[in-house]
Amino acid sequence: MNDLLGVVDWSRAQFALTAMYHWLFVPLTIGLSVIVAIMESIYVRTGDPKWKGITKFWMTLFGINFACGVATGIILEFEFGTNWSNYSWFVGDIFGAPLAIEGIVAFFMEATFVAVMFFGWNKVSRRFHLTATWLTAIGVSLSALWILVANAWMQNPVGMIFDPEQMRNVMDNFTEVAFNSVAMNKFFHAVFSGWVLAAVFVVGVSSWLLWRRRNVDTARKSLKIASWFGLVGMVMTMWTGDGSAVEVARVQPMKLAAMEGLYDGNVGQSLVAVGFVNPDKKPGDDLEAIKGEISIPYGLSILANHDPDTFVPGINDIIEGRTITAGGDTVYGDSYADRIAMGKAAREALSRYAAAKSAGDTAAMEQAKADVMANFRYFGYGYLDKPEEAVPPVALTFYSFRVMVMAGGYLMLLFIVLLFVCYRRTAVLEKPWLHWLGIISIPVVWICSQAGWIVAEVGRQPWVIQDLMPTRAAISDVTTGSVQLTFWIFAVLFTLLLAAEISIMLRYISRASKKNIEQPE
Amino acid sequence: MSSLTDHIAAVVRFYVDGFKSMTVGRSLWLLIIIKLFIIFAILKLFFFPDKLGSDYDSDAERAEAVRNALIINKQTTD
Ligand code: HEM
Repeated sequence: MNDLLGVVDWSRAQFALTAMYHWLFVPLTIGLSVIVAIMESIYVRTGDPKWKGITKFWMTLFGINFACGVATGIILEFEFGTNWSNYSWFVGDIFGAPLAIEGIVAFFMEATFVAVMFFGWNKVSRRFHLTATWLTAIGVSLSALWILVANAWMQNPVGMIFDPEQMRNVMDNFTEVAFNSVAMNKFFHAVFSGWVLAAVFVVGVSSWLLWRRRNVDTARKSLKIASWFGLVGMVMTMWTGDGSAVEVARVQPMKLAAMEGLYDGNVGQSLVAVGFVNPDKKPGDDLEAIKGEISIPYGLSILANHDPDTFVPGINDIIEGRTITAGGDTVYGDSYADRIAMGKAAREALSRYAAAKSAGDTAAMEQAKADVMANFRYFGYGYLDKPEEAVPPVALTFYSFRVMVMAGGYLMLLFIVLLFVCYRRTAVLEKPWLHWLGIISIPVVWICSQAGWIVAEVGRQPWVIQDLMPTRAAISDVTTGSVQLTFWIFAVLFTLLLAAEISIMLRYISRASKKNIEQPE
Repeated sequence: MSSLTDHIAAVVRFYVDGFKSMTVGRSLWLLIIIKLFIIFAILKLFFFPDKLGSDYDSDAERAEAVRNALIINKQTTD
């Protein structure tokens, strides 16, 4: 058992490291490709060669990031196959053909259009080149679609039917899998957050140019575009983030409760604006959950259901299956104790199915299958011993959610201030404090974006697939030592790659900034 | 036929010229090649076998292995 936990923890750490590292590159690729396409559109529309120079400058930075990020995601697939083989098999169609097709299509789209973007400047017509740039931008976002749909399925497993014979989930409704509201919100929230991230990157680099008084015109033009782009991206990010919160409340109420450190929910539930999670608090005890709390009245009810009078269940309510209806009645649904009983019944039925199968007893197989299916929606609870095991790490989820939202609020303000300055107070563009604000916002947006994933992934623990499979059942029969070894290999490899990316970028920015960016050779 | 070979030659030339005229690109390509080598030739080959793919011959066997793993191996203290 201890070794099992060791393997699970190390495999989770390894997966988190790889995913977070991969996500350093992806959102910048998503957002910067669109910014570059917008800049090139201005060039093609105005015919002003200065815009060609500006486009090429940012396109090179896009290229560096693209090159460093490419194929880092494939490592996640290796990990699925080696460390998480039970899970990979069990998810069936979701991670199968669609992901492979997407990979191949994305590869060929990118190999073709990225090549035209970089090599085609004087070889194809302006319009053809611009089309390639836009298609790259669209292709980059689309290549994130299926993996986000797959992630959404893990949070909200719909559109599939479990088959105990194949031991896989078989897709029976593609539209439901691909276009359910959890998946759509997740896709657009991730893509628009990429817009925000890339906008801040352009703001930061432009601020550095302004600070060094190099290529000031380029910096000002880029700053303006990035601020508009960032503002639009932020409004959309907040909108889809709000949509995501409603979905979380609907399909993963335990995650929402953890995001808020909420143990006992209320009608008209407030939202914690400031507060500290009490580390000693456990489900069912009388300790205060949040210390030093300052809250926004009705905030959580509005966030969860756009209705100030909605009841938002806390961790204790969810464990007991308690809810309060719109009419004010307290009603009880499936408690976690019930779910554990059903999960264990499903596992026991699966065991009977296996025995009947080896005995060749088809009637018993049918009966066992029916019993598995009757209890399948809580299959994963069969691996838990007590309800408290189904509570995610509250503090990490709570703080990550606040980091994401607060950083989002700060960045929204930043874009508004920058636009005001760009149009109304251009003298402020020479102030070093503004330059430093722009530069330090670069790490802020990356932390914000990573925090988003921590909310989504830590907040759904212990599940790898909501209600169906806990992380500990998803693991392969591998040894802790082998996972530890590859963890450290990755840690070293990723650090080196990241250092290479940052140094190539900085060297390029420094070198390009000493020439006239708007007059490329 | 010759027009097809002309097209292919033009595409190849497009890529070759593009690669030749790169500046930052050279170190990037080196980086990409080293990275891909490490990922596919070292990590995939030596550290990340496809567990079910390599240990079993048929999908039925794989299904059985997962079924057993989910029934027996991961039994908790119950
Ligand atoms: C300010 C309002 C925001 C709200 C209400 C919000 C809400 C949410 C919620 C509820 C989730 C979890 C979704 C799930 O578990 O399935 C999430 C995830 C995420 N958020 Fe935000 N968010 C906001 C701002 C931002 C900003 C500014 C960024 C980055 C620039 C960001 C980046 C992410 C990312 C990358 C994820 C993980 C992907 C996903 O699950 O969609 N969020 N957000």
